[in-house]
Amino acid sequence: MSAVLRVVTAGPQVSLQDAGRPGAMRFGIPRSGPMDRGAFAMASAAAGGTAGIEVSRGGLVLDCITGAAGFAVAGGGFIVERSGGRTGSWHAGVISAGERIVVRPGYWGSWCYLVLAGEVEGPRWLGSLATHAPSGLGGGLLRAGDEIRVTGGGPVREGALPCPVWARPRDVLRVVMGPQERFFSPRVRAAFLSEIFRVTDAGDRMGVRLRGPALGPEGALAIPSEPVVRGAVQVAGDGVATVLMADHQTTGGYPKIACVIGADLDGFAQLRPRDAVLFRSVTPEAAVGAARVRANAEAIAVAALRRR
Amino acid sequence: MADLPRLRAVSDCGLLVEFAEELSDTAHAAVLALDRVLAADPLTGQAEVVPAYVSLLVVFDPLVTDHAAVAAGVKARLGRAVGGGGAASAHEVAVIYDGPDLAEVAHRTGLAPEAVIAAHLSGEYAVYLYGFAPGYAYLGGVPEAIRLPRKEAPVRGVPAGSVIIAGGQCIITTLTMPTGWWVIGHSPVTILRPEGMLFAVGDRVRFRRVQP
Repeated sequence: MSAVLRVVTAGPQVSLQDAGRPGAMRFGIPRSGPMDRGAFAMASAAAGGTAGIEVSRGGLVLDCITGAAGFAVAGGGFIVERSGGRTGSWHAGVISAGERIVVRPGYWGSWCYLVLAGEVEGPRWLGSLATHAPSGLGGGLLRAGDEIRVTGGGPVREGALPCPVWARPRDVLRVVMGPQERFFSPRVRAAFLSEIFRVTDAGDRMGVRLRGPALGPEGALAIPSEPVVRGAVQVAGDGVATVLMADHQTTGGYPKIACVIGADLDGFAQLRPRDAVLFRSVTPEAAVGAARVRANAEAIAVAALRRR
Repeated sequence: MADLPRLRAVSDCGLLVEFAEELSDTAHAAVLALDRVLAADPLTGQAEVVPAYVSLLVVFDPLVTDHAAVAAGVKARLGRAVGGGGAASAHEVAVIYDGPDLAEVAHRTGLAPEAVIAAHLSGEYAVYLYGFAPGYAYLGGVPEAIRLPRKEAPVRGVPAGSVIIAGGQCIITTLTMPTGWWVIGHSPVTILRPEGMLFAVGDRVRFRRVQP
């Protein structure tokens, strides 16, 4: 199957994504790719595709202009409307010429994936269609009128997909302390691990700013820029914490009090402004263990969808 | 110095190797040396290596290895020299000195604009690290005479290709972005190439003046 789809409307930060471009952090280039990697993997497995549209809370309206394309939607509790029918955001099917698909926010979640069966055409950068939103490099942010061509897709059976428990939002986030926790007083570190923080609306694909107790570092503003990873909790000079996400800067001179472990980052990405979070410290060994448990659960869910 | 470098766990997938807490040429040389060793003899599960000023991050696949194994592998490779192939490339980069801040840099340094340009041209630069944004290579080596602290507030919309300086560093920007650095010129060079970046960390750079 092949199809041409046209964007009727797209909210801010709606972009083309694939699994990202790993390995280029040494050139200042983060991996990018989906904010919720697990949901994207589920949609990819169900659709039999490797790329699609990351839909923000701004929503997406898409028309199929010619042909037909299999698709799968996963991530968050969005609402999907198509030819009069309405489903949740864990659903697969085929969209044909003349049909419209609407993805809009529902009861929970911030990011939803519409992965298309087959190969999505679009500008690749360093081998990947993933959009790096601050620069617009890669497939790019979508705007009204943009056309997306997809070819070579297999059939996709219409029906609901299971939403695994690990794809839900997470309000308790496991962190490995550091690598610059030494710049924070014991009192600040204790506050970080015991008080409630809230997600603010100052969030995008680069990072999500939190509101909570001030985490003022002690004289750390002169540290030479160090490499940073996705999930790092960076504290600026004013004591405000930001969790770095898919399009994060690759080095930074602000101290990182802790890093949210990979297993909890998808669940963090799905939170909404004003949602509360608590940080809980785990050892690096426990964090690696959690990564393996999560990868195993995801692999089982993905394999089941491939056989679907 | 006996306890350096310090090895710090980063999340579930990284080990930060920190050779110093402050800027130091010795520490940066140690970063480059370890970077070369890890390229020539990668660790099991090594996903990527990110060099910075005085530290280097080893990103690993937590399904394959863990912090302890990566730390052991890094320790075994410290101080090891890599024979051949590690030579840094040298680049010559054209600059048109028409930046909007050239006069202000001249004023603040007490030099004539031509002397600012001559000083910038006299520098021998090295690529210390990439950061901030894709392709932003931090070039160390701005001569003392034209070192200025960054502006108090960033200026928006500084175009891609601008040659900007602050302190001992110089960047040729690759994207239109805000910056608090001083814009002294622009360069037609493309760092962010589809096939890969122009510079590798550790490469040497000289500037050459061209007329507009």
